[in-house]
Amino acid sequence: MRELAYYEAKFEALEEIMAADDRVHLINGTFLSLSPHRHVYQNLRDKYGERMISPPISELGFCGLATGAAMAGLRPIVDLSTGSFIYEAWPQVANEAANAFSMSGGQTRVPVVFHLFHGLRGGGAAQHSGSPQAMLWNCPGLEIAIPSSPRDVKGLLKTAVASDNPTIFVDHTRLLDVRGELPDNDKPIPFGVADVKRQGSDITLIATSYTVQVGLQAAAKLAKEGIEVEVVDPRTLVPFDLATILTSIEKTHRVVIADETHQSCGVAAEIAARIAESGFDKLKTRIRRVSTLDVPVPYSPPLEAHIGPSESRIMEAVRAAVA
Amino acid sequence: MFIIRHFEENLVALHDKGAFGGHYHLYVGQEGTGVPAISCLRPDDYLFTTHRNHGHLLARGAEPKKLFAEILGRVDGLNKGKGGSFHSVAPSLGFLHSSGVVAGIIPLSTGTAYAAKAQKNGRITVCLFGDGSLEEGAAPEALNLASLYKLPVLFLCENNGKYGAGRAVAAAQSSSMAAYPLTDLPKAYKVPAEQIDGIDAGLVHATVSEAVKKIRGGEGPQFIEAQTVRYPGSETNWPTVPQPTDTSQAWDVSKVPEKAREWYRSCDPVLIYIRELVEAKHASKDEIAAIERQVKAEIAAAVEFAVISPYPKPEEAEKDFFA
Repeated sequence: MRELAYYEAKFEALEEIMAADDRVHLINGTFLSLSPHRHVYQNLRDKYGERMISPPISELGFCGLATGAAMAGLRPIVDLSTGSFIYEAWPQVANEAANAFSMSGGQTRVPVVFHLFHGLRGGGAAQHSGSPQAMLWNCPGLEIAIPSSPRDVKGLLKTAVASDNPTIFVDHTRLLDVRGELPDNDKPIPFGVADVKRQGSDITLIATSYTVQVGLQAAAKLAKEGIEVEVVDPRTLVPFDLATILTSIEKTHRVVIADETHQSCGVAAEIAARIAESGFDKLKTRIRRVSTLDVPVPYSPPLEAHIGPSESRIMEAVRAAVA
Repeated sequence: MFIIRHFEENLVALHDKGAFGGHYHLYVGQEGTGVPAISCLRPDDYLFTTHRNHGHLLARGAEPKKLFAEILGRVDGLNKGKGGSFHSVAPSLGFLHSSGVVAGIIPLSTGTAYAAKAQKNGRITVCLFGDGSLEEGAAPEALNLASLYKLPVLFLCENNGKYGAGRAVAAAQSSSMAAYPLTDLPKAYKVPAEQIDGIDAGLVHATVSEAVKKIRGGEGPQFIEAQTVRYPGSETNWPTVPQPTDTSQAWDVSKVPEKAREWYRSCDPVLIYIRELVEAKHASKDEIAAIERQVKAEIAAAVEFAVISPYPKPEEAEKDFFA
């Protein structure tokens, strides 16, 4: 075991991926959002600069370039940086990349990765705080990975690049400095395998991305109140591991879903629907969601804090569910 | 050129009989551009085309029976019935993806060109689109990328509004561009561009050959606007055949309805090419008529193949959307 910061684990993955496969090209950003750890990107650039381009601010154009390059056999990883910028590239991501394999009758593969930083990052306001993964979950043909820990970001990024499908890699700025353990011989983490991040017997908390970290903190505090929370992290939305969630609910009979996408048609909404369809008989109380409130993200710190899936909102929902 | 013409005239008949649903687009009248242009390419080059793709695929050697079957939604279609008229592909011929979003392929074409440059395999990409495609933002973004990275791509714009005033005045032609001539747009991005008569097959061949030579020589992207005149029956989403084409019309259009007569006399690239061949004594009228009879028989057999090809099983809808 060794301990790394999330950004270190992620760049270790990028470096190993670049070294192992010269079909991998990095398109656009630094994969660091606003983080100050620029040296890790510079190290990569010094080694593999000929396979990295910083195109003009043309999200539609360079997402199309990456998609076309993937069709021709490269394995590009695009960093859209701020997640909301993928809206600029929507036609290429949602209407070309996602459809190409199906539309061609299973002939044209599109092994491209679209990496983005979603969510509330502090002062991002309405146009730099988007969480587009719920909308993208509504586009069949895209795989969606959403890590929450140093170990997961490394293992999932490797699987994303190895995948023959277009993959959305959903990252979060607030995760970059989170520290965590990696096994000595860390391996790619397969898609569609949820991870129980904390064992508990009283209630299941399903969380994604940075909200997993918030949920773990909430769980630690709730333990002091005598409530044992099991935290389940799906790790990928497509494919989705419902079985692990149902196994947990079979034990706890209670569930809260916490996630940073907006509430309506959000990630929590879809997970709630699947649990209601397949695990309703296991529940002793109704499903509760802790999502971002359905308003454009406001700028001022107390306003931003008010709308997100905060520790206090999660704790409140858990207490209500076990009451 | 005969294959394309008779293929599409038969397609109109099939649609009129209700053999397939949805709207569709004809290439008739643009054979004088696509056929000679595509003949300038290497077998391993990439091509992208749009919803108006039948002529391009057939010019490259796609089997008419498989294209008919695709448009009829049959299991023997080029895409196993998953794509239809808008999205027919032939990866073995270099057509990886055909988009029904008019400018969708323009960024994608920079991607295959980017990959070919990275892989140093000498392949070029030809991107075939209509004048209306330039109205979407994807087009200028992609022109900029192609120019900045000196990508090996030929942008071949088939402007079917040679005499048109554009949609702005409610005519059926497509483009409404402030940049006029259209070549002003690529020139703004330092992409060399020229405007030619797309009805003149010999001129198209000479111009495209020269452009392809420059691209293979590492000079970067080139842009050609080939001006054609829309076939009178293809003005709407529900095309009609004013008069089935017959080689005899190259010399005598008296049987053609008066409204369409001028088009067959002065704008039909197939009939013009036939006249040129005979006048230059490269072929006799009888030889050409014999070729046409052979093509008509081949197309009739292709229709027969497609009509009896089975539909895919309904459950196929749930397959092949992930690699």
